Amino acid sequence: MKKDIRFVQGNEAVVEAAMYADLDFFAGYPITPSTEIAELLAYRLPKKGGKFIQMEDELSSMCTIIGASLTGKKVMTATSGPGFSLKQEAIGFAVMTETPCVIVNVQRGGPSTGLPTSGSQGDVMQARWGTHGEHAIIALTASNNQDVFAITVDAFNLSETFRTPVILLLDEVVAHTRERLIMPKPGELNVVKRLRTSVPKGTDYHPYLPREDGRLPMSDFGGVHRYNVTGLAHDMWGFPSNNPKIVYGLMRHLVDKIQGHTKEVTRIKEFFIDDAEYLLISYGSSARTALHVVENRRARGERLGLLELQTLWPFPVDVVQERCASANCVMVVEMNMGQIFYEVKKAVADPQKVFLANQIDGSFITPTDILNILRIIQGKGA
Amino acid sequence: MAVKDYIRERFFPHIWCPGCGHGTIMGSMIRAIENLGIKKSDIVVISGIGCSSRICGYLDFHTLHTIHGRALAFATGVKLSRPELTVIVPMGDGDAFAIGGNHLIHSARRNIDVTAIIMNNNIYGMTGGQYSPSTRYGDLATTAPYGNIDQPFDFVKLALGAGASFVARTTTYHATSMIKILEKAITHKGFSVVDVLSQCPTYFGRKNKFASPVDMLKYYKSQTTPIGSEAKEKNPDLIERGIFAQEERPEYCVEYDKIIEKASQRKVTNGKV
Ligand SMILES: Cc1ncc(C[n+]2csc(CCOP(=O)(O)OP(=O)(O)O)c2C)c(N)n1
Ligand code: SF4
Ligand SMILES: [Mg+2]
Repeated sequence: MKKDIRFVQGNEAVVEAAMYADLDFFAGYPITPSTEIAELLAYRLPKKGGKFIQMEDELSSMCTIIGASLTGKKVMTATSGPGFSLKQEAIGFAVMTETPCVIVNVQRGGPSTGLPTSGSQGDVMQARWGTHGEHAIIALTASNNQDVFAITVDAFNLSETFRTPVILLLDEVVAHTRERLIMPKPGELNVVKRLRTSVPKGTDYHPYLPREDGRLPMSDFGGVHRYNVTGLAHDMWGFPSNNPKIVYGLMRHLVDKIQGHTKEVTRIKEFFIDDAEYLLISYGSSARTALHVVENRRARGERLGLLELQTLWPFPVDVVQERCASANCVMVVEMNMGQIFYEVKKAVADPQKVFLANQIDGSFITPTDILNILRIIQGKGA
Repeated sequence: MAVKDYIRERFFPHIWCPGCGHGTIMGSMIRAIENLGIKKSDIVVISGIGCSSRICGYLDFHTLHTIHGRALAFATGVKLSRPELTVIVPMGDGDAFAIGGNHLIHSARRNIDVTAIIMNNNIYGMTGGQYSPSTRYGDLATTAPYGNIDQPFDFVKLALGAGASFVARTTTYHATSMIKILEKAITHKGFSVVDVLSQCPTYFGRKNKFASPVDMLKYYKSQTTPIGSEAKEKNPDLIERGIFAQEERPEYCVEYDKIIEKASQRKVTNGKV
């Protein structure tokens, strides 16, 4: 079969991948730089009998996809900065009710309206802790369209596997860069189907009773089993409870089902790591600049390497610690004031060897930004 | 079926105070559903947060207890995914028209086939008696210790203005006619809003000098009148009750089916190709 090669934006890659992963339902509200996702899906979804709705704001979009997901649909919403802030309360509801859903946040400069058309990676911590209360979350990212496709499919898969919202944390540069995308063939990438209960009609179904492996089979809401779903702390029936034993069990389950599977959720890419003296750690569009620097310096015989993170949360502490162990120096490259930098410092044995190369003025991080820091580290002056 | 067959006894005792009107609304709602003969498994009840919203847990339907003010957005997702289900959304007055006001007017504008029941006690019950968008000028509340200076919404006018195709008002005193109104609201194909005046003796009543829940019910009796009555002409301050609108208008899910037909060139019924 001939390869299906497209020339697309990152946002289009998200749409293609979502369709590949069997997306049924999308709700959203327009905002730069994520709007193309909504526009394309308004056109694409009804063609296959799926549903698209433009809601009155981002919070209601989030609520709407949760409702649709509970009925058994694969769902997604997409937004940027201010819209991501608005969604937070409902993301917590999806966490608490263990409702699979994918939330795309194409990061732009903030805070507030900030820089609507500029790249940024300022929402990394918001993805982790944006909604209130103790919880765990999965957040993924990618640096080029081919990877955006694969990671989007992964986002759906992980949200189904772990019954959790998954945040796809892209950035303006990746979302709007037009480049080649080789469309994976049907069946080439794994697509996880919803795990449905085998409990027959007429028999008690416990929506929140985890199996031995920690997974909770679902029953399509509105289908054969009648049960309660609530954002209150709840027991295995989905009934509100403030019994400390039940609440403890629920909290541990919500956190452990993700933190305890960090290895399974971790997606990374490695470039020249084995003998790297200087290890760069980056993600999203910044990783493109970082890779450019690494390849350039390698050509000159300098031992630079790159660890590209695609899973940001749960933070892959063990992997980072292990890969950093033999490097003399680690440099985190990101477009914020050190949101992953501090995570890396926490993860490694000797935090004083971790440095930050960043850009926060709305322009894309350049090789010079990285090399300037490298020169300082190498004692070559600024 | 008996009323108790619609209730999850495991959930009891309920959290409502003695004399609270919310239980009366639940009773009328169950009787309306019983009269209509809709199967329990075909009904989804979706609520937000408030004393009113706790109704969800007590009912043996598919029940979704969500976040404050957003129940209609969740309902939109459920209904659009499964148009064949009957979706009912009981809400508090704050839930429906303060924090959730935007979703209410947009649901009305879309005319999605969902029944919104406003359990309107003119107060924030759950949080202990703060003023709501239906607290009248001059009423007392914990956040209006000198009297409320906000002007209240008329929920009926608001719903009509927003394009709701079924709009009605009733009270907990009129529990029997409430059943009939709810039956019509539920069977109406389109967005229905039923404003039900419901007493909160614990906060609204105590703050505003009602000696008992019975006094509040008497107030609903004396201060309301059927739409277009002679009494209303004589006393314009009376609150009208009855059905204000019941119109056929394109329903959102049906319209979306047409979109699917256009886009996919295939026949669609109830959202299914
Ligand atoms: C985002 C958010 N803000 C505030 C609250 C606190 N809160 C819970 S219920 C409620 C008001 C309830 O009043 P109403 O909707 O009229 O319902 P009632 O309790 O009177 O039946 C408020 C303010 C909340 N749960 N969530
Ligand atoms: S506080 Fe008011 S609204 Fe809430 S249960 Fe008590 S009487 Fe009812
Ligand atoms: Mg109230």
